Amino acid sequence: MDLIQSKINPDDPSFAENRAYMESLVNELQGNLTRVKGGGGEKAVKKHEKRGKLFVRDRIEKLIDSDSPFLEFSALAAWGMYENQAPGAGVVTGIGRIEGRACVIVANDATVKGGTYFPITVKKHLRAQEIAHENHLPCIYLVDSGGAFLSLQADVFPDRDHFGRIFYNQARMSADGIEQIAVVMGSCTAGGAYVPAMSDETVIVKEQGTIFLGGPPLVKAATGEEVTAEELGGASVHCAKSGVADHYAVNDEDALAITRHIVAHLGPRNPAMLDTVASEEPLYDTREIYGIVNKDHRKPYDVREIIARIVDGSRFHEFKAMYGDTIVCGFAHIFGYPAGIIANNGVLFSQSALKTTHFIELCGQRRIPLVFLQNITGFMVGKRFENEGIAKHGAKMVAAVSNAAVPKFTVIIGGSYGAGNYGMCGRAYQPRQLWMWPNARISVMGGEQAANVLLTVKRDQLAAKGEPPMNEEQESAFKKPILDKYTEESSAYYSTARLWDDGIIDPHDTRMVLALGIAASQEAPRQEWKHSVFRM
Amino acid sequence: MFKKVLIANRGEIAVRIAQTLQEMSIAVVAVFSDVDRDSPHVSRADEAYHLDGIAPSETYLDAHKIVEAAKHHKVDAIHPGYGFLSENAAFAHLCADEGITFIGPSPKVISAMGDKIVAKQTLETAGVPLVPGWSSDDANLSDIRKAADRIGYPVLLKAAAGGGGKGMRIVEAASDIEGALGAAQREANSAFGDARVFVEKYIARPRHIEFQIFGDHHGNVVHLFERECSIQRRYQKIIEETPAPNFPDSLRQKMGESAVAAAKAINYTGAGTVEFLVDEHGHFYFLEVNTRLQVEHPITEAVVDQDLVRTQVLVAAGEPLPFTQDQLRQTGHALEARIYAEDPARGFLPSTGLIDRYHQPHGRWIRVDSGVRSGSLVTVHYDPMLAKLITWGDSRDESICRMQWALQRYVVLGVTTNIEFLARVIDHPNFANGDLHTHFLDDNDLSASKSGNVPDEAFIIAALTMKRRAASRSRTSGDDESRPVYSDTPWQSSGRWRNT
Repeated sequence: MDLIQSKINPDDPSFAENRAYMESLVNELQGNLTRVKGGGGEKAVKKHEKRGKLFVRDRIEKLIDSDSPFLEFSALAAWGMYENQAPGAGVVTGIGRIEGRACVIVANDATVKGGTYFPITVKKHLRAQEIAHENHLPCIYLVDSGGAFLSLQADVFPDRDHFGRIFYNQARMSADGIEQIAVVMGSCTAGGAYVPAMSDETVIVKEQGTIFLGGPPLVKAATGEEVTAEELGGASVHCAKSGVADHYAVNDEDALAITRHIVAHLGPRNPAMLDTVASEEPLYDTREIYGIVNKDHRKPYDVREIIARIVDGSRFHEFKAMYGDTIVCGFAHIFGYPAGIIANNGVLFSQSALKTTHFIELCGQRRIPLVFLQNITGFMVGKRFENEGIAKHGAKMVAAVSNAAVPKFTVIIGGSYGAGNYGMCGRAYQPRQLWMWPNARISVMGGEQAANVLLTVKRDQLAAKGEPPMNEEQESAFKKPILDKYTEESSAYYSTARLWDDGIIDPHDTRMVLALGIAASQEAPRQEWKHSVFRM
Repeated sequence: MFKKVLIANRGEIAVRIAQTLQEMSIAVVAVFSDVDRDSPHVSRADEAYHLDGIAPSETYLDAHKIVEAAKHHKVDAIHPGYGFLSENAAFAHLCADEGITFIGPSPKVISAMGDKIVAKQTLETAGVPLVPGWSSDDANLSDIRKAADRIGYPVLLKAAAGGGGKGMRIVEAASDIEGALGAAQREANSAFGDARVFVEKYIARPRHIEFQIFGDHHGNVVHLFERECSIQRRYQKIIEETPAPNFPDSLRQKMGESAVAAAKAINYTGAGTVEFLVDEHGHFYFLEVNTRLQVEHPITEAVVDQDLVRTQVLVAAGEPLPFTQDQLRQTGHALEARIYAEDPARGFLPSTGLIDRYHQPHGRWIRVDSGVRSGSLVTVHYDPMLAKLITWGDSRDESICRMQWALQRYVVLGVTTNIEFLARVIDHPNFANGDLHTHFLDDNDLSASKSGNVPDEAFIIAALTMKRRAASRSRTSGDDESRPVYSDTPWQSSGRWRNT
């Protein structure tokens, strides 16, 4: 039997303490999400609605199938940035089901600074496109944006992954048969005009949507011509004269209904077919995760307790359980989809890396999606380990992760430090999605380790100069700013604000988030699998 | 007669009332909360009204929403069932104000009987014996202490506004009274917003025996004999029977007369229940009047061969009672067991979840009033009682045998139930002997049989289930059935789910 036998004791006082701690983090998360879901605030939303426009989140609700899921990405983007002027970075992105089909939705929030693009807005838009591209999901752009946020233009316009990349992506995706659909529900000025213009099909709302390269003020300044926005680039102009748009909508609701019709007439899908089985809920209560994860992140717990609360029927066919036991690998199902689970259970040794490499190769061979549960301080250091070649063994793991031609999903459930982040499919290793739990921390090394490394360097410098060593008080004063900086910069909120992940999730939702992600990943055809040279 | 009646309730009682109304050619309007949309009580009704929300306070307890529903559906009357708004005088008033008949006693009677102190004062004047006790609206410690000395220990402290054991304390000796009083007042205040507490004699092994009463608008009042309700857990009845065992006819007659006197004293109309405590010497004391249909009314229906809901409707419509005291006879013996979704092994903790499989026993002498079916969801929001199992027999032995048979064949899978526990109570020799009192469950050993043997059938079913699961997991890609159907993905089957 593959059933994971849970050994937790919910009556243990530490369990209650852990649970209370995680609950407080989840409550904080819910509170923060509620805040950003209000967009630019009640007043701005009221003003927006008074113009006869729907609020961005209502647009999405009306666009997707009723009673269906919406997997939102990076709701807390730009959290604590730009003097908090850009909740959610002024754009809502996610995967939603439209006419039965999973689509990526990118929807500007005009209540946030007129929907203009901050640097993080661009990053969030590009990330949604990347998800669409990798998973072969049609893109729906609900456009209502004033274009680039001009005072930050240097961080928005010129570079490779800046504004222009949006249109490049549209062309490349369309070439790959991934439908691009724009719904113009507000202004689409200058560069923004290319979103509808580059799309396969475009809807525009009368008296709300406008598309032009230069708006009326710019036209007046350049040519002296006086013209209204509607005459310059309104719905009737583009649907009847210019041909920039294809479908004329009388209001937001109409536009969204037309968009649903467009999706209903998209071409056939070409999904990779995984063999699935009937889905089964985990045997154990997923909420117990709250009590299992230790409040003190340095205290270990058995990660199988977490796996047991994510996978179907809490069944887990473990691979090499007795070898390299600081990492847990094994086969399971999530919502009936097969998944190879790789989860940290301590620091990585050479054996752990070799075992994981072997397991990734197995999953690649069998076309089984990979799920990484990251809680890793890094690889073991020290003479013995360096001498046995831990660097080359770790490299094999990193290479296998890089080249694995199956959808990969990463959830950072604890710490994500150093090279452990690489081997465990951190952001740089192109997981289809990467999620964080609210307790997660990410940095090149732990704050305490970093402070100690810098302290050692400082001590050596002082000694070299022949100066007296620092006393204990001076040492802790030296370490404090380093610790503070690491604490701030390694938090899940700091990460999610900068799009180092796709969002912070309630640990209880992990199973559902992974299931939706794996299901959506099946829309893409199989990838070609190639290997790099393994250093043996 | 009424054309259309709204049932302001859910679960088994709503189903049961609907049946009688429909038999009387009265259209039934059900109300339902968000989670009850697919409940049997809704599908059995002729019309249904959605009460937005889940919590009782925003659904079945929301008097204004219920009245709005009644007006929307243009009903003539509202049947409140039991619990929820059934003993809410303000609601009865509201109905009267809106010109809707409330099927129950007058608001005045409801509010008088709802206050235990007022109820006792009223009935004492009518000559109904009370448990020796003392109460006052502004009782202090020294008053209570004096009263307790007079009555004699042990005494019981009880909340004036209470019920269900909240704010209740047994005091064994004078030295404990101060602490107990404080605790009882605090509990009463937090449970009912009313800290008033009264003191009465504590009866060690009392029986809980109640009398069904009925009054009409023409001055007729009768009783429909007793119900023995001593088998209780946490002051909640789980097994009831009538006639009460080891209960002399003379006592039955005396108590019946007392119940009728009580009803007459308050001009009682409709169905009600006068509850008594009976001590080991056959002394009986008035406890309270329940101004509604009782959960356990089916056992009375079984032995007097009357439909009490039908009678309620007739009375509410102004008709005289369809029977006189002389026409009423007890025939045979009836027993009721309440099926709860709860775990007796864990302090009767309510159990929630999906009922995977529901199968109830059938038989000529078996009645099941149920509010669930296979696929029903048991939530934390409402009372965990799923159904009532009632058996009838010529004799008590016969109805007990039928109850044992029926309990063994009652299947509820998916949630933990008290069915096995009920069977153990019924099987207990002290139950067979009729040695009943309200501490029966505490004083008798009702733990699971010592052997703890799991029947072979359970292992066989478990093995077959696992085999089937294993088979479904090992299907190969050549097998057509293993092809993922698009409708199987979590995108199709997860409903409205959000991660933010």
